[in-house]
Amino acid sequence: MRQKENLREAYGKELLKCAKANNKIIALDADLCGSTKSIYIEKEIPARFFEMGIAEQNMTSTAAGLALVGKIPFVHSFAVFAAGQAYNQIRQGIALPKLNVKIIGSSCGLSDFGDGATHQSVEDISIMRAIPNMVVIVPVDAIETRKVVRAVIKYNGPVYIRINRNDLINVTKEEDPFEIGKIFKVAEGNDITVFACGIMVSQALEARKTLLEMGISTRVVNVSTIKPLDIENVKKFAKDVKGVITAEENNIIGGLGGAISEALSEELIKIKKVGINDEFGQSANCYEDLINYYGLTPKNIVNMARELVS
Amino acid sequence: MQKENIQFLKQKARIIRYNILETLEIGKKGHLGGSMSSADLVTALYLYKMKHNSKNPDDPDRDRFIFSKGHSVLAQYAALAECGYFSKSVLKTTKTLGSILQGHPETRTPGIEANTGSLGQGLSIGLGMAMGAKLDHRNYKVYVILGDGELGEGQIWEAVNTASFYKLDNLIAIVDYNKLQAVGLIKKRYDLGDIRGKFAIFGWKTFEINGHDMEEILQALDSVDEIKGAPSVIVAHTIKGKGVSFAENNPAFHNAALTKEQIERAKADICNS
Repeated sequence: MRQKENLREAYGKELLKCAKANNKIIALDADLCGSTKSIYIEKEIPARFFEMGIAEQNMTSTAAGLALVGKIPFVHSFAVFAAGQAYNQIRQGIALPKLNVKIIGSSCGLSDFGDGATHQSVEDISIMRAIPNMVVIVPVDAIETRKVVRAVIKYNGPVYIRINRNDLINVTKEEDPFEIGKIFKVAEGNDITVFACGIMVSQALEARKTLLEMGISTRVVNVSTIKPLDIENVKKFAKDVKGVITAEENNIIGGLGGAISEALSEELIKIKKVGINDEFGQSANCYEDLINYYGLTPKNIVNMARELVS
Repeated sequence: MQKENIQFLKQKARIIRYNILETLEIGKKGHLGGSMSSADLVTALYLYKMKHNSKNPDDPDRDRFIFSKGHSVLAQYAALAECGYFSKSVLKTTKTLGSILQGHPETRTPGIEANTGSLGQGLSIGLGMAMGAKLDHRNYKVYVILGDGELGEGQIWEAVNTASFYKLDNLIAIVDYNKLQAVGLIKKRYDLGDIRGKFAIFGWKTFEINGHDMEEILQALDSVDEIKGAPSVIVAHTIKGKGVSFAENNPAFHNAALTKEQIERAKADICNS
């Protein structure tokens, strides 16, 4: 069993490391720096941290202004507010002029389990993906999160990064490559391909073990960049199998499942989607309760795989 | 303030109003009212106050101007052409397919600093630029023209509070207080109350002027330079459609297509003013 590690901790510490080496990096937060972990910048480089108050729209447009004078602003909030409250500010002021602003949607998906539906983002991937010029990244684990931070600093343009609140299994290794716009095979198989992102990659790896006992061989692909989608490799990984499953902690409408379906729309292959079935979240005692309740489980992936091969 | 300077700027304002009409061919809809109401303010910024050079548009020390009420961008196009950012012949292409002059401000246009027009966002963008100046120890100023109707947007007041909190004395807002929003009188439709008082209570230094009196405009823009430790706002009383007799104070010309006769009449009004 691989180690679990916290993604937002990994994010915050890596951003601090990068900010120490690059004085263009600015952190803005809307009273959530303790949760998003931009607090590390505030503590160590206070001149480049801005508390913007509980005013996400102003924070987001301010970041546009900072980018226009050569800074690399990182805007922090919970995913539901970063992508939702400030949607139009992202669309009009950042994505349209393709500004170098990084939007951090923290506590994404159901990962803020206790706070309920208002604080759980089930559609941020879908809405960010629909904006032209936007890059959408869902790091799979803490190791990849650190690589994502470094990569988006090198990339000149708007990026939305979805960061899970909780400890997740490290499914990648330090030496594994990460590149914006590339998908990565994490396990080989030839009956089914599961395209997954975020927490669902480790769920797919669990499902793969069960399926193997049933004689079904499953390929698992980590789609950490949802947009721009690595269509060439999506087609390649879907070519030689009996069916495709997409797995995401997002609405099955418009998210990873939507993106993969669009990419494979001219291929004769069956696609099944594991994800949140067009409904809102709710409060729970723990993250696992929600993951199970909404069917974001290895069991669900196994059932779909069996249907596809039969 | 030299009298010649005022006369020169008044003449430039006439030219800029004329240029605005050049962006509107017969039957092409355009935001005439707000462009004309802000024309004197825009003239004073580009041809008197701001440190900028069309030959060196990326100078990091240039002053920045953001037209937050982006629909009035025709006035900015008119001024940018006058300052040599692009040829005056381009004005006619405004709002046509493939033109560098879009219906609302975009950074693709030489001299345009930010994408605005989704109302309420420009002051925040200016705020970010002003913060950037402080971080880099640069002395440039950021001027943002807001519409009075635009002040209905909550984001404006987020930015107003933040600018005050961070003591951004390099950020100057100018309210083009023409009293009309798209559909009619602001006072009747969505009263914004005491605009100057609202800024003051948020900690801004406030000025109130006649936005068509060039001498008052220049005095206010110069007075702002003396303010330290707080952002400033100039509430400029203006007339929507100013300079075009039939459009003045008439919400029908907020965004209107002009007939051949109306364009001729408007040009005559401006030349005779």
